[in-house]
Amino acid sequence: MKTTDVPQDDANMMQGVFREPVYSLDKDGNYTTVRSVGWDPKNAVMQEAWDNVNEKIEHTRQDVLAGKLSPIAYYIEKNIMDTGLVAKYMGIWKWRVKKHLKPHNFAKLNNEILEKYAKVFSISKEELIDIDKQNDHQ
Amino acid sequence: MTNSINIELNFQHKQSAHCENGVVSNLLRYYGIELSEPMVFGIGSGLFFSHMPFLKVGGIPVTSFRPLPGIIFKRISKRLGIKFEKHKYSKPLKAMDALDTNLRNGIPTGMLVGVYHLTYFPDPYRFHFNAHNIVVYGKKDNNYLISDPIMEDYKTLTYDELLKVRYAKGTFAPKGHMYWAKNIPENIDLESAIIKGIKHTCKDMLTIPIPMFGVKGIRFLSKKVRSYPKKLGAKRAASYTGQIVRAQEEIGTGGAGFRYMYGAFLQEASTILKNDNLKKLSYELSEIGDLWREFAVITGRIVKNRNKADESYNKAADLLLVIADREEEFFKKLKDSIK
Repeated sequence: MKTTDVPQDDANMMQGVFREPVYSLDKDGNYTTVRSVGWDPKNAVMQEAWDNVNEKIEHTRQDVLAGKLSPIAYYIEKNIMDTGLVAKYMGIWKWRVKKHLKPHNFAKLNNEILEKYAKVFSISKEELIDIDKQNDHQ
Repeated sequence: MTNSINIELNFQHKQSAHCENGVVSNLLRYYGIELSEPMVFGIGSGLFFSHMPFLKVGGIPVTSFRPLPGIIFKRISKRLGIKFEKHKYSKPLKAMDALDTNLRNGIPTGMLVGVYHLTYFPDPYRFHFNAHNIVVYGKKDNNYLISDPIMEDYKTLTYDELLKVRYAKGTFAPKGHMYWAKNIPENIDLESAIIKGIKHTCKDMLTIPIPMFGVKGIRFLSKKVRSYPKKLGAKRAASYTGQIVRAQEEIGTGGAGFRYMYGAFLQEASTILKNDNLKKLSYELSEIGDLWREFAVITGRIVKNRNKADESYNKAADLLLVIADREEEFFKKLKDSIK
């Protein structure tokens, strides 16, 4: 690829934090880097992956609101985690996290465990208990 | 928490595409060794290809254009004869104390961190990847001074923020892992290191007797891609194919699955080894990189039309076969050119 062909298709994937160096050939045939803000096909595949994540979050949110799952299920999806990873952050067994996904088990959790979950998801205990309370909707 | 210190080492940060290359390159510069990112990448044999259908992340098979994290680091230190001191700490507080001690002793320190909780990362790139490398080169008040190789500028993290990312959980959990240069030889034999690096890459791409790796892996992937729409349905097929391009173009590849970066390495190597063939090959690799980009263009279209059946899968699979042939020919020539 030539330096002049390095794409600059901005889809705000890097949120202005940085640009990525792309190795390319200058007019004298020397390799150099040109900073790029993005490329259409790459933006498309990244967006697709995030669409899938967001779809799953919304789906789980509906299940939580319908009383089929506990809020933990929602925050797991929101943080792109799974029960295994949450168990590691919590320092408890995975089967216990799975158990806590059931609303009737979640309702019985003591304060200490709730606070711990809240910390893992970087939210308050109130947001953990009531998912409508969390304000930074993605 | 430890007593506060105020230290800023004279550490020059240079942005790189790939974090492992970048940290090595930046650390060596501190000790007076100027090695570009492509040089580190080439000597460390960072170019690779693998497609492992049984290994899934987020339910999607893993395609990778690089060896496992840490390998480039290991190879480059071996080939250049540079000794690194490495440590893991079971207790986070100890890991932070050890870092402060290093800074007091004037040692810029590399470490592994998880990116999900990295506060300065853009949101779309924040997922649970735990093998990111950064260098800490100072501490002011409660803020650590960070050189993150993929960032354009210097960054800072508070004590708590740094502790959190050093103890991210999951696959490749860093467990406070940190490393720093211990012994740097007076004379570095660049020529032999380059040749070893090239030989290793040719071997990896041509001769691993398992069909998931190297050029064979690309052909294997082609077969899989062709079968995706029938086997998986339009939507999942698009996700599977999109994942290949995400790996190919993700942060750190410099584009086209590292092919351009390796081309830059061959060009530099041609000057050092006084070998014109390598320069010719560097241009050939840029063309192969362009083919990978073409693959990404087709995939981008597939992904955008993901709710309908798409004819492009055959086209994408055919292109992968062309790429495999070109790469096979390329690495054979590369192998011959350094004999």
